[in-house]
Amino acid sequence: MNEANIKSAIKTHILNEFLPGEAPASLTDTTELATTGILDSISTLKLVAFLESHFSITIEAHEARVENLNTLSDITALVLSKLGPQ
Amino acid sequence: MSSISLHSLFDDAARRFPDRIAIEESNGETITYAQLAGLSNRVRDRLRARGIQRGDRVGVWLTKSADAVASFLGIMKAGAAYVPVDPTAPAERNTLIFRDCGVALILTQDRYAAAVREGFEPAGSEPPMILLSGTGAGRPLELCLEHLDGDEEAGAYPSAAVSDDSLAYVLYTSGSTGRPKGVVLSHGNARSFVAWCAATFDPCPSDRFSSHAPFHFDLSILDIYLPLSHGATLVIVDEKLGKEPGALAAWIAEKRLTSWYSAPSILAMMAQFGGLEAHDYGALRTVLFAGEVFPIKHLKALRDLWPGPRFFNLYGPTETNVCTYHEIPARIPSEQVEPMPIGRPCAHCAPLVVDEAGEPVAPGTAGELCIAGPSVLQGYWNLPTQTTAVFLEREGRRWYRTGDLVTELPEGGYRFIGRRDRMIKKRGYRIELGEIEAALYRHPAVKEAAVIAHAREDGLLLHAFLSTHDERVLSMVEMKTFCAARLPLYMVPDRFTSLPSLPQTSTGKVDFQQLQQRLQTPAPEAA
Repeated sequence: MNEANIKSAIKTHILNEFLPGEAPASLTDTTELATTGILDSISTLKLVAFLESHFSITIEAHEARVENLNTLSDITALVLSKLGPQ
Repeated sequence: MSSISLHSLFDDAARRFPDRIAIEESNGETITYAQLAGLSNRVRDRLRARGIQRGDRVGVWLTKSADAVASFLGIMKAGAAYVPVDPTAPAERNTLIFRDCGVALILTQDRYAAAVREGFEPAGSEPPMILLSGTGAGRPLELCLEHLDGDEEAGAYPSAAVSDDSLAYVLYTSGSTGRPKGVVLSHGNARSFVAWCAATFDPCPSDRFSSHAPFHFDLSILDIYLPLSHGATLVIVDEKLGKEPGALAAWIAEKRLTSWYSAPSILAMMAQFGGLEAHDYGALRTVLFAGEVFPIKHLKALRDLWPGPRFFNLYGPTETNVCTYHEIPARIPSEQVEPMPIGRPCAHCAPLVVDEAGEPVAPGTAGELCIAGPSVLQGYWNLPTQTTAVFLEREGRRWYRTGDLVTELPEGGYRFIGRRDRMIKKRGYRIELGEIEAALYRHPAVKEAAVIAHAREDGLLLHAFLSTHDERVLSMVEMKTFCAARLPLYMVPDRFTSLPSLPQTSTGKVDFQQLQQRLQTPAPEAA
């Protein structure tokens, strides 16, 4: 799985779960998710659960902080770091 | 006439337990009772030297910390009332609060100083500020006072004597007109509540109390003043940690907390995602929650995971603090699907359930719960009309109308039915839906806005319906970003729906019922 595929899967999930009905173009790589309330504490936990099952990775509690999950780029980077070299 | 003040409750405990730990920060840094007493006296002296007088309001915009508690105590010792604001809320809202109640001085951190100045620009000048470099076990506050003393000694002043109705603090809650309103509470109000807590929960010096709620929230009154009047320790839960169920669950066990108090939402999250079974909670003897209905499914799960401690459901608005309480049984029957009752009135509160005309209802009939007694607020800051409107005069007493509909249960106590108006509670926060709408109307494209609270199995969802001047569909990302700059995050709507125009009632008002019904039927977008 390459970076573009990973990002696209995460983006689709965020759009479907947390921004239903939103135009995909509105959610960019740098749209702030936590500081705007798009991801709140519950939805962050749900997103982490999705990332863990979808990519078969484990995210530690300290890594699930909003700083690591504030943008699509941040989330993709976190997942990539977990998947390791392909 | 002089009476016992909130700060003298602490000073008495400080004399009895000078070397015990008063406050422990999340990171383990501590401050003793003697140190906290000394520090709060220095705040008092510095404020008095700056001309702060009895009845003045002093704003506090600080991260939750020992420094903030020392500031509260020092402000009250100077005879003034503290006005705490949410450090994470938009600067615009916080300065609006400070302007509204005319603070004479603001204690804040360097990082917020520019925002305060900007917020006071329309007023022409800002009140003087005392600036801390940060917060943590009182050290930054101490350094700041050292520095001010270096310029000029403050001198020593006695702590203020108070009467029961002397102003102690002003807590701002969401206001329906779009402006937060200040609930004015006195030393007598707080003291009567703290005395009830002491009699009911029986705190002792070895207790370790959580401080999970933010200090601008009324749960903080129990958090701060119950332990600090009994030689116990207040353990600060860092704001970030307080939102992470996994890390928080481990931390509560590691810190050996004996008493927990929060809104139900974080407890429900810990029951689901916290991994509670992995830790030892042997020290925990009291679990208190308040602020909203605890979904029974998650409460059962938590009760099973924490069978040891006593659990209490506490109920009460900021205007009265806790006024009814219900002890949760050790085992919740598995067939129970209804939420727990809000319970019986606290010893210092008198209840009355009335109909729309203000007449008492027949037992078992739903009506509005009214409360009289020493913990009932003085009024809303500078809002005489709203203050008059929330009180019912009856039998020579002043009853606060909670706006909450309840029924009295055959076995005694009350069950919460719902709200009379458009105020809701989400994650323990009071939210006037009108305040969110007022923020939405400030968007240049918005023509009409209506916000509906939609109860779902996984919690309450705020759904905003909008129509625009040019009939374009507003981006949800844009609207969330817009709202987050003007409202605390818990007030930012979860969902947005654009409509050509909002449905209206025959009298030309927004038809909230029709919008509510739209949410009950599956929306095409969710299919």
